[in-house]
Amino acid sequence: MSSSARSSRKKPKVGLFVTCLIDAMRPSAGMAALTLLEAAGCEVIVPESQSCCGQPAWNSGDKAAARAVAIPYLDSFDDCDYVVVPSGSCAGMLAHHLVELFEDAPDLRHRQQALAIAAKSHELTSFLVDVLGVTSVPGQIKGRVAYHDSCSSLREMKVKDQPRQLLKAAGAQVVDLDQADTCCGFGGTFSVKYGDISGAMVDGKAQDVEAQHPDLLVAGDMGCLMNIAGRLSRRGSPIAVRHVAEVLAGEMTAPPIGAGSINSDTNGSDKK
Amino acid sequence: MEVSSQKFNDHVHQAVDDANLKGAMGKLTGALRPNRARAVAGLPEFDDYRDHGIAIKMHTLDHIDRYLEEFETNVVANGGHVHWCADEDSARETILGLCRQYDVKTVTKGKSMVTEELGLNAFLDQHGILPLETDLGEYIIQLRGESPSHIIAPATHLQRHDIAQTFRDAHDHLDPNRPMDTAESLTEEARQELREKYGAADAGITGANFMIAETGSTIIVTNEGNGDLTQTLAKTHIVVASMEKILPTMDDAGVMLRLLARSATGQDMSVYTTLSSGPRRPGDLDGPDSFHVVIVDNGRSTMLAGSEREMLRCLRCSACLNHCPVYASIGGHAYGWVYSGPMGKVLTPSLVGLEQTKDLPNASTFCGKCQEVCPMRIPLPKLMRNLRAKQTEQKITPLKQRVLLALWSSLASRPRFYRFVTGMMTGALARMAGPKRVFTWLPFLGNWVQSRDFVAPEGGSFFDRYRASSSPSSSKGEAHD
Ligand code: SF4
Repeated sequence: MSSSARSSRKKPKVGLFVTCLIDAMRPSAGMAALTLLEAAGCEVIVPESQSCCGQPAWNSGDKAAARAVAIPYLDSFDDCDYVVVPSGSCAGMLAHHLVELFEDAPDLRHRQQALAIAAKSHELTSFLVDVLGVTSVPGQIKGRVAYHDSCSSLREMKVKDQPRQLLKAAGAQVVDLDQADTCCGFGGTFSVKYGDISGAMVDGKAQDVEAQHPDLLVAGDMGCLMNIAGRLSRRGSPIAVRHVAEVLAGEMTAPPIGAGSINSDTNGSDKK
Repeated sequence: MEVSSQKFNDHVHQAVDDANLKGAMGKLTGALRPNRARAVAGLPEFDDYRDHGIAIKMHTLDHIDRYLEEFETNVVANGGHVHWCADEDSARETILGLCRQYDVKTVTKGKSMVTEELGLNAFLDQHGILPLETDLGEYIIQLRGESPSHIIAPATHLQRHDIAQTFRDAHDHLDPNRPMDTAESLTEEARQELREKYGAADAGITGANFMIAETGSTIIVTNEGNGDLTQTLAKTHIVVASMEKILPTMDDAGVMLRLLARSATGQDMSVYTTLSSGPRRPGDLDGPDSFHVVIVDNGRSTMLAGSEREMLRCLRCSACLNHCPVYASIGGHAYGWVYSGPMGKVLTPSLVGLEQTKDLPNASTFCGKCQEVCPMRIPLPKLMRNLRAKQTEQKITPLKQRVLLALWSSLASRPRFYRFVTGMMTGALARMAGPKRVFTWLPFLGNWVQSRDFVAPEGGSFFDRYRASSSPSSSKGEAHD
């Protein structure tokens, strides 16, 4: 590490917050995020002390449980310049809710660490564009690509143009959904606690996606992706679904999310 | 009004399968949302008005006692009367007492959500006083024996053909073959029916969008002018208003009115803005002989001192309902009380208690659209989260959910062990999924798979791959630079 540390002194040091869903459900998206950050000239570490950001407990109104989940990673990013998250929703948790979660924590250090993490946390595509000024990406893609805005990306992290710019830089023809700023109905535990409502919402989203006839649907949040891909699959739609990082990094060897291996060549790049 | 929020899930189950409701909800995306967007875009200083409006409301709430007293002083100076009612019982009794005092047999009513809270129509009816709703939407649902499904458009859950049928059934003295296929024909018919009744009414009961402390006036906005007729034709005008409707000055109302109509219907101004400042004075052309304001607390002072205080900034504009994807999926009746949509999810538990309203603050994805469009920038998701925290504290949250959350958190607070367990689970799922890579059914995920497939994990975990790629034998260096 010492030799590379010298050569990378000017490199921004980024801690990647992988998110529990990507770790468990879609490792390719995490690896793609790593590729993108390294291609943009960052030194990246991935602390083993992370599991989940704590959002499921926080949003359930269980502060104690949320703190228990967050404490292990609180000091893991101390020597990072930035914390980057390939999810708008988990980035929102770190950047906007962690401080409130720990504002009356008995251990003062936890309050300070929460403040420090909040100040340097970014959603992946907005970090690339807004912080690093990235204008080109390793990936290349042709065809119609629909980008789904997750609510937390859009409203908490102010992510809107950044992923679209990068997709265009990769060669995509980016198409917008009619109801682009309407929630897909995932909402974490909401999707199983209120399956009727969630099902109605995701059906609306799936129809909105289908209406644009994209070759590929991408988003920056695994929760939305699992939700929409699941509904598209149920509707028998041929539209492929991927995490935006996979497309931007050009790492599309894994089959699309929820697509059978039969379609594993359906990566959206060569479809007419 | 009786609370049926306990049956939220049953209501929802019916609502999502109701094709007619779905059709009716089309007006949200088809008209209300684009109309608001256009109106807001047409006033570049809209956000400044919002900030100004919020400052006014916060100041007013800080000094609400003082402004309410000033209001009373000025109402009395204008020749009117003010009645303070702590809860719904005292409000109902007060209103009934006034009706008795003036020998009222029939009242016309302007749309008022607080009288819905009180269940006033049913109460008056029980006591031999006939209430006649004059707002078109309220009139329709009164004919149908329903409650409002929306705070400003009470018949939002209906389509035009439903209303036509309601009128054919109710107005059976009219030609059964009359054409009723346009909104105008329906409005005109209702207007003819209602006009006759204004004159016959002994008292008019209206709500108030605002009470103005400095003048002792109340203000209502309508698009039909029914409020004007309700309060000027009857001999007695009774205003029923919840206490947080108070504003210090008429200028303050000017700020709020700009915000209200744009947020509500996308109009620059509502068609009628009606001020009431006491009974008819000598020389006035019209106006009631007596003027009463019934100020209702019914839980507001508790909110004022609690964590839902910000909810008292609400203007009842309905923007949060109109833009809510949950409301659009289930309609207003599912919420089980007077208020629906995101504001109802906060207001109803605050006013009627957490026990009966368990689902309301939970049935949200926290998408944040409501807060984005709220002219008062009320942090509705945060307030819902606060209510969820209260449910957890008071152990109102279902036991099963608390146990699952505790298990999950004890697991997730040990990251390496957590990954070991999730790795086993996702590994098994990935193998089980086979070539289809989706599950159409899974135990424990019944609510998910009822409407969508569950996508199979890709296989392996990120950390496995990361470790493999950063091991000494791999081409990549440890620091990943
Ligand atoms: S909460 Fe906000 S958006 Fe909803 S009705 Fe009240 S003022 Fe309007």
